[in-house]
Amino acid sequence: MRKAKGRVRRPDGKRILITGNEACGEGAVQAGLRFYAGYPITPQNELTAYMSRRMLDVGGTFIQAESELAAISMVFGATVAGVRAMTSSSSPGISLKQEGISYLAACELPAVIVNIMRGGPGLGNIAPSQSDYFQATKGGGHGDYHMVVLAPASCQEMLDFTRELFDIADRYRGPVMVLGDGILGQMMEPVIVDRRSSIDVRRESQTTNDKRQTTKSWALTGCKGRKPNVIKSLRLKEGELEAFNEKLEKKYDLIRKREIRFEKYRTEGAKIIIVAYGTSSRIGRASVDRLRKYGIKAGLFRPISLWPFPYEALKKLDKGNTKFLTVEMSAGQMLEDVRLAIEDKSRVHFYGRTGGGIPSEEAIVREAISYKL
Amino acid sequence: MARIKIDKEKCKGCMLCVNVCPKGIIAMSVKLNKKGVHTVGLNRAAREKCTGCAFCAIICPDVCIEVYR
Amino acid sequence: MEKLIFKKPEAMTDAVMHYCAGCGHGIVHRLVAEVIDELGIREKVVAVAPVGCAVIAYDYWNFDVTEAAHGRTPAVATGIKRVLPDKVIFTYQGDGDLAAIGTSEIIHSANRAENITVIFVNNGVYGMTGGQMAPTTTVGQKTATTKAGRNIRRDGFPIKISEMLAVLEGTTYIERTAVSSPKEIIKTKKAIKKAFGIQIKNEGFSMVEILATCPTYWGQSSQDACTRIEKELVKTYPLGVLKG
Repeated sequence: MRKAKGRVRRPDGKRILITGNEACGEGAVQAGLRFYAGYPITPQNELTAYMSRRMLDVGGTFIQAESELAAISMVFGATVAGVRAMTSSSSPGISLKQEGISYLAACELPAVIVNIMRGGPGLGNIAPSQSDYFQATKGGGHGDYHMVVLAPASCQEMLDFTRELFDIADRYRGPVMVLGDGILGQMMEPVIVDRRSSIDVRRESQTTNDKRQTTKSWALTGCKGRKPNVIKSLRLKEGELEAFNEKLEKKYDLIRKREIRFEKYRTEGAKIIIVAYGTSSRIGRASVDRLRKYGIKAGLFRPISLWPFPYEALKKLDKGNTKFLTVEMSAGQMLEDVRLAIEDKSRVHFYGRTGGGIPSEEAIVREAISYKL
Repeated sequence: MARIKIDKEKCKGCMLCVNVCPKGIIAMSVKLNKKGVHTVGLNRAAREKCTGCAFCAIICPDVCIEVYR
Repeated sequence: MEKLIFKKPEAMTDAVMHYCAGCGHGIVHRLVAEVIDELGIREKVVAVAPVGCAVIAYDYWNFDVTEAAHGRTPAVATGIKRVLPDKVIFTYQGDGDLAAIGTSEIIHSANRAENITVIFVNNGVYGMTGGQMAPTTTVGQKTATTKAGRNIRRDGFPIKISEMLAVLEGTTYIERTAVSSPKEIIKTKKAIKKAFGIQIKNEGFSMVEILATCPTYWGQSSQDACTRIEKELVKTYPLGVLKG
């Protein structure tokens, strides 16, 4: 096996300073990722560069594809062959990947897609944003499907969530997404790289012929000793597609039961609850501390799984007169899910910044006070 | 003696085999198969002439023909 | 003693193909299966089916097959081959899949010298959607979207993908053949066998472009369609080895 060349060497339990993009890549490698295909786009370029280096280290495959369409299709091919595979991009590139994501969902193929969001629509800018919430959680591509979307809020979580998402993808056989933003991707934080590490990377063979592959009985590896496997999404026979849609819905119901994640911060007795995810939740947390200092009973509810959304957990915080302030780096997208949870529009407020703007603690505090009083 | 066997249920009556047979032993049949397609059949008068060249099987798009020699 | 000298290859199923009478796809499906049988690689093959008439090729082939999104076929094959380098991976693509929506993928897979085989069936129309113009439709050819015939000023020229790919350094073997007569079919089979052989020897990207008939959307009898290939199509798409 080749020696690691980069700053991050073997996961050895040390705290190291890396960017969120790199932490994401390292989480994937620790999950046994051996196939990555990507296409350059800011602000996720560190991830692509990191994977090109790390795939060399571990004897995996790195391909800089000719487009995002090709990249996700290469991932489709790798996952068809039964290995763990990932691609990453930023908003405009994720739009292109929607085709592949829909096919992954339709063919029940596990794959991890990373979106390090930037401002949009169109080319927008390269500043951090959270304006792809709808795209990530409400479908994105065509057809009736969902994917588990986890929103990290730190470099450590970029690593941990990415690693875990590979297990979730395999468990439910479908595409899953890490939804971060330009801040999370590009900032550096100390990260413990071997926390909850389940796979000894050093022991893995350089080939992709590891256990994970052979245990996927549906994978296409040549039909030696078995009947041919077929992976398809075309279901033309009468009732065939509806039956498949119902099967997917059953799976999604199971995910809704099992995979909801969220975090509460100082919500006991809170009269106003800030609802925010990812980067915004960190600013929200600081805002809660400030509000509490001012004697205002504020708390934070942070959805971690954006799909499935923690509707019930959020509803439980509603004491009938509780006010909710949704904070997003968008024009108000998660806001709709918060309204669905609370079922009372008059008590759900919104503060957001768009186009690369970042909500400041001061502004959130000001908003919260104005709604509270 | 060579001979061919035609799977009439697979035949769609495209007639490519009729046209390539150098001995003219295949012809359109008046009979329909289960799909309601006029299939090809052997021209009884000429079937003895089959040389087993397999041209008919080679051009058949529906893999309907087996050739024995 | 009588011997069975021609039968359905083992790499094909017993299913009745859905293609129209006289369609060239059936012949190419069989040739691919015969070659796979002869090379003894049925249990090592993974095929990538296109979007188009041949999308349900997996019903007719007796080996592992996956679908791909329209035109992404070679990118999917790339992913599979990189993960399973000792398996034999091929794509089966029509002219809409390969020469229109998937031009980017085919060019870059070829340019990366991916060690895959491409079976490119060129019949000059979109069959599955109702006979619309393909990029390979010949000048003057009438289709559902070129009612007055393909006009180069409005619709552009027939695209010669094989010639384009042949100039790439990444390609090893490219040949154009036809399935219009027993003689041409035998040549096509040889070309397919050579292409697979190149992949098995790890020699890189191989492609066989096969001129095939679409009697339905050419508005011709099966025989006239074959004649059209040999009399007309070869003028636009000359047969022969373009590289390798």
